[in-house]
Amino acid sequence: MSSVADTAHGAERHHPDLVHHFESLPAQKEAATFGMWVFIAQEVMFFGGLFAAYTIYRHLYFHAFVQSSRHLNLPLGAINTAVLICSSLTMAMGVHASAIGRRRPTVAWLLLTVALGGVFLGIKTVEYKDKFDHHLVPGESFQAEELHLEGSAARPAQIFYALYFAMTGLHAAHMVIGIPIILFIAWMAHRGRFSPEYHTPVELTGLYWHFVDIIWIFLFPLLYLIGRHH
Amino acid sequence: MGAELPLFPVQASTMAGRVDALYAFLILVSVFFGLLIAVTLISFAIRYRRRSRDERPPLIHGSVALEVAWTAIPLGIVMVIFLWGADLFFAMARVPPAPMEVYVVGKRWMWKTQHLTGQREINELHVPVGVPVKLTMTSEDVIHSFFVPAFRMKKDVVPGRYAAAWFQATRAGTYHLFCAEYCGTKHSGMIGSVTVMEPAAFQTWLAGGATGTSLAAAGEKLFQDLACITCHRSDSEGRGPKLDGVFGHPVTLASGERVVADEAYIRESIVNPSAKVVAGFQPVMPTYQGLVNEEGLMQLVAYVKSLGGPATAGPGAALASPAPATAPAAATPAPPPRPKGQGR
Amino acid sequence: MTTQIGPGPGGPPRPPLPPALSEPPAPRVNYLNVAYGVKSWLLTTDHKRIALLYLASVTLMFFLGGAFAVLIRLELVTPAGDLVQSETYNKLFTMHGIIMVFFFLIPSIPAVLGNFLIPIMIGARDLAFPRLNLASWYIYMFGAAFTIYALVSGGVDTGWTFYAPYSTTYSNTHVIAAGLGIFINGFSSILTGLNFIVTIHRMRAPGLTWFRLPLFVWAHYATSLIFVLGTPVIAITLLTVVLERALHLGIYDPRLGGDPILFQHLFWFYSHPAVYIMILPAMGVISELVTCFSRKRIFGYPVVAMSSLAIAVIGFLVWGHHMFVSGQSTYAGLIFSFLSFLVAIPSAIKVFNWTATLYKGSVSWDTPMLYAIGFVGLFTIGGLTGLFLASLGLDVHVTDTYFVVAHFHYIMVGGAIMGYLGGIHFWWPKITGRLYPEMWARVAAVIIFAGFNLTFFPQFILGYLGMPRRYHAYPEEFQVLNVMSSAGASILGLGYLLPMIYLVWSMRYGPKASANPWQAKGLEWQTASPPITENFERQPVVTEEAYAYAVEGEAHIV
Repeated sequence: MSSVADTAHGAERHHPDLVHHFESLPAQKEAATFGMWVFIAQEVMFFGGLFAAYTIYRHLYFHAFVQSSRHLNLPLGAINTAVLICSSLTMAMGVHASAIGRRRPTVAWLLLTVALGGVFLGIKTVEYKDKFDHHLVPGESFQAEELHLEGSAARPAQIFYALYFAMTGLHAAHMVIGIPIILFIAWMAHRGRFSPEYHTPVELTGLYWHFVDIIWIFLFPLLYLIGRHH
Repeated sequence: MGAELPLFPVQASTMAGRVDALYAFLILVSVFFGLLIAVTLISFAIRYRRRSRDERPPLIHGSVALEVAWTAIPLGIVMVIFLWGADLFFAMARVPPAPMEVYVVGKRWMWKTQHLTGQREINELHVPVGVPVKLTMTSEDVIHSFFVPAFRMKKDVVPGRYAAAWFQATRAGTYHLFCAEYCGTKHSGMIGSVTVMEPAAFQTWLAGGATGTSLAAAGEKLFQDLACITCHRSDSEGRGPKLDGVFGHPVTLASGERVVADEAYIRESIVNPSAKVVAGFQPVMPTYQGLVNEEGLMQLVAYVKSLGGPATAGPGAALASPAPATAPAAATPAPPPRPKGQGR
Repeated sequence: MTTQIGPGPGGPPRPPLPPALSEPPAPRVNYLNVAYGVKSWLLTTDHKRIALLYLASVTLMFFLGGAFAVLIRLELVTPAGDLVQSETYNKLFTMHGIIMVFFFLIPSIPAVLGNFLIPIMIGARDLAFPRLNLASWYIYMFGAAFTIYALVSGGVDTGWTFYAPYSTTYSNTHVIAAGLGIFINGFSSILTGLNFIVTIHRMRAPGLTWFRLPLFVWAHYATSLIFVLGTPVIAITLLTVVLERALHLGIYDPRLGGDPILFQHLFWFYSHPAVYIMILPAMGVISELVTCFSRKRIFGYPVVAMSSLAIAVIGFLVWGHHMFVSGQSTYAGLIFSFLSFLVAIPSAIKVFNWTATLYKGSVSWDTPMLYAIGFVGLFTIGGLTGLFLASLGLDVHVTDTYFVVAHFHYIMVGGAIMGYLGGIHFWWPKITGRLYPEMWARVAAVIIFAGFNLTFFPQFILGYLGMPRRYHAYPEEFQVLNVMSSAGASILGLGYLLPMIYLVWSMRYGPKASANPWQAKGLEWQTASPPITENFERQPVVTEEAYAYAVEGEAHIV
């Protein structure tokens, strides 16, 4: 609509990426970024419920939690942490490449991020399968012998593993949602959709991915590193 | 009931009158402020009703003085209500000394009450007037809530833990007992009655009841059947702590923490022994969860209580508790088979 | 060229003109007739059309939830459980609660009136994220579909509160489907809240500072904070219930050392702020109504605006007042009780400020004002009874009884729904371009007010007498009050049917509305009824305070 003419800057007056209800591209981008941060705030509250439950039960059943944590595969968990941090780096490089208008590097960095995310999920699958093989999945078949917990101390181990699967599973679900999004953004980049003036979707995807990474950075020590110094 | 429409239940406990007094005060406050607002609003709406299309009301931004006043005054009033309610709540939480003990198990969909004398009731509870009664309650399945409107008493009954509540009835009669926490199909059928009797009548009722096994004696039998005696010897040579005189006293745990050995502690020690291991002992006790139901646990708790602790003599206790059970013999003939589930 | 709202500097006040000459003729094309066809509605990104999509959905859900209420009240006419079986009754009150709370009360004002009005009130062309707005509606419908699936495949009987371990272990009903339905619906709320926050921060017209915003916008801003920060917690809580039932990932089972009370903490951490989600938007509506129909500026604007934020913030700190008898520590109870009394104060301040707004005003008794006055009265009663529940020693007696049921219905029905209806009637001309029949509307408002009080006031007495909640059958001595309540419910039901009929009638046969039939202030009244798709022909510029009914230079007080 031509009513935009009132206050828009001349250069962005007809920018194809400016939507009709914003006055200018910077205003549009600021709003989008702000929205993404609000979304991340609600994601923090979402995971927060599980973190709260974990904190309470860890305080109540510290010994059972320590023993249960010992059975988690620390090397694999550590590798996964490194993989995810690297994927945040490649993601940041991708955002930067789109900001300076380099199409091919943008696509490459984004695909690398997806690859690293895939590695993470692959390692996670190996870990889950290991739990399954050792009867550490909560439910009828749960057996705590391997955990060196006597008698009643074994019961809260099921709670540890319930939280382990719920928290890492929820985190993995966020990655499973994020990966197709990054692929879609990579495809958009390949089609030349982004420019230094407009690469907001890449930035927002970057924010999301960094958030997923940060959740893992909290999960890893809480789940894998309890009492390891003993 | 005739043509009456009662507005509140009969007052049948020491707390009832106090609760009703707070209620009456709140009604007064509510009627006052409700009328104040309603009358002011309606009279403004009438007095200042629009008389012509072109009326121009004056510009009024507000009034700091009024804002402060109608913030501070309600704040003051609600603080009074808060303190009054809190005081009442603390009185409800403080169990008087030497109460008569009753154990209650809620399960879908009935209330099972047990006196120390072994008297069991289903959906009923007989108590004497003028004596504090302490209820130790748990659930076998979902959350229930023990509610006696005439006593203004309510407490949620949660599986896996003990809930305590007390009352002192002030008039004889029969009063409603309701379950007040939704628990499934027959939630509204989980009702019964609390019958308050004069002390003499209560003694008669107690004596007339069937079975002679007191709660503590039943607990003692369970203690032996489950071979607890094997480790919890009274000669301090067992693998488990001596239980004589333990109840009601502080216990030092292996972690250094000190806790009081109350009903909840005893119950937890049976179903989740590794949670609080006593200092100087190994965490070798197997769990008895699944091997003893909540009623059995209450019997065991009553037994351990009867092994001594702070004086149980007193009007409340004397009315309905039997002579303390004797301590178990130091040796038993052949050790009974180990309970299933003991892990190492 | 921009349109200036309000007197320019140094301009003399003009005498009022008859409406017909002061407004330009309505444009021929507006947001309703700009395009026809199902696709133009189902794929719209126009916030006004999306608001109407929500209007249809929430109205349907309201009558579904209401149908369950009718059955409940019918059953309760007799002490015995003789109309339906116990299992059915338990499903009825569960589904009534779930549908009314999650699918009607929470979305109603924000998704219908908020969506429609917020962009227009701030002089914007749309919300910040129009496609996300449409997605919110689809997510709502998807969540509703799951919930209705749970309903038709047998229902759910856990109560809308889903307490563990009943919901996780013992219930044999469709807990997973219902839980997932609410979980999905939660994202609809979250995204709406996100949209509102960004819009209000970033898209206000030139000159529209925060303290010139209509209080309706402040109220929705505070509500959106709760949407965004609170709703995720119910989402994860219900997810834990679903995970326990579906995958045995249990954290509340006492046999494993789990704590059922943890569920209650997590559940109420959201569900208490949720009640502020339900009432704050209604309070925002009331601020608009009392100002327009007293033709006066709100008394104490900054205080009323800040009180919305105070309610939202303190509201996050009081959840334990639902758990005074649950086994939570006495000291925790003390803190929650204290904070619960504090949260009452901002609400009381609003009531005083609304009342003071009528002082020396020019009050007209149109239907929206009837609803506003009714709101103030009923909300005051509901709020005062909240004090009864916040006081620890008294709550022990009345919690889990009909006293609580009466309290929250006074706030949610006597408050929120009256606010919703008042707003629907007030902005009906703007939304549809038609006037509703005033006489029938007033009749309906009075019937609703009377029916409501007859339904719910006896329940306070029933509760204090000891009748517990969620009881299918009850002792005979409670029958008289129950019959009164059910009689009231039938009147209330009739009252709700009337607007359905005359509002729908008015869409075709009602007289056409001018841009500003109420002669109200506010940007939404400076544009056509119904508005064009872009809301304004030209970007508005704001130079005056909100509710600037009085002309500068006239006598003012304080």
